[in-house]
Amino acid sequence: MLDASKDDQPLVSVRDLKMHFPIYAGLLRRRVGEVKAVDGVSFDVMEGETLGLVGESGCGKSTCGRAVLRLYDITAGSITIDDREIGDTPQGQLREMRPTMQMVFQDPQASLNPRMTVEAIIKEPLDEHTSLTDAEKREKVGELMDAVGLNRKFAKRYPHAFSGGQRQRIGIARALALNPKFIVCDEPIAALDVSIQAQVVNLLEDLQEQFGLTYLFISHDLSMVRHIATRVAVMYLGKIVELAPREALYAEPLHPYTQALLSAVPEPDPSLEDKVERIILQGDVPSPSNPPQGCNFCTRCPAVMDICKVEEPDYREVRPGRFTACHLYSDNNDTAG
Amino acid sequence: MPDGALPVLDVRDLKTVFKTRAGEVHAVNDVSFALKPGELLGVVGESGSGKSVTMMSLLGLLPSPPADVRGGTVTFGGNDLLKVDAETLRAVRGGKIGFVFQDPMTSLNPVFNVGVQIMEPLRKHMGLNKRDAAKRAQELLELVGIPDAQRRLKDYPHQFSGGMRQRVMIAIALACDPQVLIADEPTTALDVTIQAQILELMKELRSKLGMAVIWITHDLGVIAGIADRVMVMYGGQVVEHAPVKELFGNPQHPYTRALLKTIPTIHGERAARLTIIEGQPPIMMNAPSSCPFRDRCDVAFDRCERENPPRYDLGDGHDAACFFDARTGGPRDA
Repeated sequence: MLDASKDDQPLVSVRDLKMHFPIYAGLLRRRVGEVKAVDGVSFDVMEGETLGLVGESGCGKSTCGRAVLRLYDITAGSITIDDREIGDTPQGQLREMRPTMQMVFQDPQASLNPRMTVEAIIKEPLDEHTSLTDAEKREKVGELMDAVGLNRKFAKRYPHAFSGGQRQRIGIARALALNPKFIVCDEPIAALDVSIQAQVVNLLEDLQEQFGLTYLFISHDLSMVRHIATRVAVMYLGKIVELAPREALYAEPLHPYTQALLSAVPEPDPSLEDKVERIILQGDVPSPSNPPQGCNFCTRCPAVMDICKVEEPDYREVRPGRFTACHLYSDNNDTAG
Repeated sequence: MPDGALPVLDVRDLKTVFKTRAGEVHAVNDVSFALKPGELLGVVGESGSGKSVTMMSLLGLLPSPPADVRGGTVTFGGNDLLKVDAETLRAVRGGKIGFVFQDPMTSLNPVFNVGVQIMEPLRKHMGLNKRDAAKRAQELLELVGIPDAQRRLKDYPHQFSGGMRQRVMIAIALACDPQVLIADEPTTALDVTIQAQILELMKELRSKLGMAVIWITHDLGVIAGIADRVMVMYGGQVVEHAPVKELFGNPQHPYTRALLKTIPTIHGERAARLTIIEGQPPIMMNAPSSCPFRDRCDVAFDRCERENPPRYDLGDGHDAACFFDARTGGPRDA
């Protein structure tokens, strides 16, 4: 059991999810290895909560989000959404499941077809999955545009006529069209300016309340995740190293990587800035095609021990509701598990 | 930073427009600032606020047309950089003024190894021969913390990670001992832990080499940790300028105040809801005749519609371009 509190029902359960991409090389394009983008992650997303998924570029957080929605054919593992196992469902049968699970993409420029009007973009999922009449669809599009704060008058315009923040609202309206339960937000604010980011985040929060949505919020912005998430999972090199309720994670990070990551975030307050103890990590993230033996973080960890270079730490609940994969917490803890 | 020292770089009333088919875009409007020796000036603003265009204009890096640097003076080493001939300007660029660009991926040449690229300014500007240049290039790579420098000189950009590539960019910018280093969003494309490495490196290099730095960013957190003074830009203008502690502790312009409130923090109090700045940044198709922030401002009044506020001096090196006096809570006197 991975849930924090037992009364909440998980809407999404992911167990031991693996997504490996093959590497082909040489004249005969033989398979010479694989990039272990996601290498065994397990987590639950409770109904109505926002699970923040953070990590640096290349850690596999986006791949993880896409794999959960089965935008890829996953290598191994199980995914249950709304009590249905979709880990091994063929793509054809997944279509009928798609209305429940939607995605908001990072780049609003690239994820909207420049040759379709806003109305056509938001209407497309309705065309595909419902049997509404044309007038009903248009009415629904209007409602969706109201919900995300876009003026209905602009329905016939093309994406290029909108600013970045407005385009992201179009993407959100499209994701909402089929009354989904679960939305994966893949860096929805990364391409936006600071003053626009807050607008979109507030909108996502309002919609969550209004429609009872559940989010998997993928981001590299740790301060924004602190604002929006209920619980936070930290990924490093294809694995979740720590998962905890938001306040606990930010107040007292357990895993050395989470500690370093949080200390590296610049503080927009010079008086606090002087007090913050920075942990400067040495070196770079190893390649996911050739991860180190033992713990993935052992090459950069400030608290590395001998065992870390040999044995991979288990991902386990070390305190109620707090999961981490680190040898530092493996002995004193036999009672908690 | 010595207060009375003469500025190394003095920019007055810089004005740049872009000529487009739809009309002229006023990207930089009467921007003035002075950079003192050894200090780090942070320039903050959102995209389109004119922060990068300002720096590109003063080094003549903008293609013309469409860009037209229409007025102002840029005093550096006794010359006005806007008036000097191409030859002199070339000696300044990459020589006495170094430039680090945002994206280390696209600003290095992929077909030359990094050694060649670091040696280029050394040979062009300092006239070093190949052997001395190679030696100096190795020292530079060591200076910016790239291990195994001698071997790495022969590596190509794709063989470096993002953070390492940005270190190479910094090494190139530092090659000729510049008096001024202009860094345009140098850490924006990097991850936070790598950003922390680069910020630490910059602090170290500044105390070692003593050059003045202009650091452009949209990240107020980065500025808080590294800058001595901060200039906030909006709509092609400087709206507020103050020493770093003063700016964060006592912001006077409504835009700065709003901006500081919209960003969530890691350590401070967690707000239940983010404060937002309504509306969109201005479209700068006309020469400014009113305050660029008025449509999104919560204290705007009729005068903001009629006139563009000048920068009011508030003492202690603090100025703000706003008709509203946050200290008295009323309009400023004419």
